[in-house]
Amino acid sequence: MEKNVTVYSTPTCPFCIRAKQYLKDNNIKFAEHDVGSNPEKAQEMIKKSGQMGVPVVDIDGSIVIGFDKEKIGSMLGI
Amino acid sequence: MAYDLIVIGAGPAGITAAVYAARKKMNFIVITGDIGGQAAWSGDVENYTGYQFVTGPELAAKFEEHMRAYGITVKEQEEARELIRDKAVIRVRTERGEYEARAVIIASGKVSKELGVPGEKEFKNKGLTYCATCDGPLFSGKSVAIIGGGNSALDAALQLVKIAKKVYVINNMPKLGGDHVMREKIESNPAVQVLNGAAVLAITGENMVAGIKVKRLDKEEMIPVEGIFVEIGLIPNSKFAGIIDKNKLGEIKINSNNETNVPGVFAAGDVTDVPEKQIIIAAGEGSKATLGAFKYISRMR
Ligand SMILES: Cc1cc2nc3c(=O)[nH]c(=O)nc-3n(C[C@H](O)[C@H](O)[C@H](O)COP(=O)(O)OP(=O)(O)OC[C@H]3O[C@@H](n4cnc5c(N)ncnc54)[C@H](O)[C@@H]3O)c2cc1C
Repeated sequence: MEKNVTVYSTPTCPFCIRAKQYLKDNNIKFAEHDVGSNPEKAQEMIKKSGQMGVPVVDIDGSIVIGFDKEKIGSMLGI
Repeated sequence: MAYDLIVIGAGPAGITAAVYAARKKMNFIVITGDIGGQAAWSGDVENYTGYQFVTGPELAAKFEEHMRAYGITVKEQEEARELIRDKAVIRVRTERGEYEARAVIIASGKVSKELGVPGEKEFKNKGLTYCATCDGPLFSGKSVAIIGGGNSALDAALQLVKIAKKVYVINNMPKLGGDHVMREKIESNPAVQVLNGAAVLAITGENMVAGIKVKRLDKEEMIPVEGIFVEIGLIPNSKFAGIIDKNKLGEIKINSNNETNVPGVFAAGDVTDVPEKQIIIAAGEGSKATLGAFKYISRMR
């Protein structure tokens, strides 16, 4: 089953860029929100993760804070 | 099996060292916390030859692409914890294992210094951040404080005036330091208020940052802000290199061939006592370190 993946990020953050590249390289489809230009999504991210650092990756409701490649990889079976 | 070389760190210095090592066909690995180092955190870079203007993340991505083109083994999210010299080999111990090589290049750069005030740890990533480039856009329309008075603080302030409603620059020195062009831009911007001679006492809030308590002219005051950017300088990542000589600042002492006091151990870039800390200098130092290590290994065979 394909998992529901959402990435909350800002355009300039290096680890956001890397997290998205990592997902792309592994053919994982994901939704993407720029929390810098979308305050509603920023609030959603803060509510889900309890903090303001980017990136935040939501995998079927489980939250990963930061670009934790191993965690993301194991949750997605990469 | 012992490698020819282990490169510790993949900022501009480590990546350039790796590119040179690949071109010399050395048998080597790179062990690093992240890729790009501080270069990835820099805002606008306008002094790297060949690029009149490039952002830090873009330049770091170019560096990475160059390194990856050689199919180099990069152990990412892994940090050196200890360096041990054992006869003719050098061992690098990490939290995951131990690696051996004839030569090592330490290119572990620098990290942000912490304030050491109450509330700092508690509110990290809850409004307090060490990366204006990453987290700045989250504070659009808000009031923020930048702590520091040097180039990195000015750089953060210039990024944030484009986004935030109000920017306080809280500087513990009597005057702002740093580059005069940036300083003028900051001082003449009506959305910026510079508080010189101000000491940070605490960071306060409920779940997220709500204010910062400072002391200025013997008076304590509370400034309401939702974002705090700590830019008070950097310390070298040299603690793990216990056997290596350092200066007072903790920077690794090197000679003009990038050699340290331990034969086979070289160092390059911001982690060293090289006089200036710049991307182009770190990159150049990285290449020199590999060429030096290459000669050292050739002599040993
Ligand atoms: C905000 C900001 C703006 C800047 N703007 C400019 C600019 O416009 N122009 C310019 O020329 N310079 C600029 N600089 C300075 C420049 O970024 C640095 O001089 C340069 O990145 C130093 O490169 P380095 O490779 O020596 O170290 P770093 O870039 O610090 O890289 C160190 C690397 O080592 C890794 N590491 C650390 N500890 C360990 C360990 N124990 N084990 C393994 N790996 C480890 C890190 O993860 C990282 O990959 C700026 C710096 C900052 C912070």
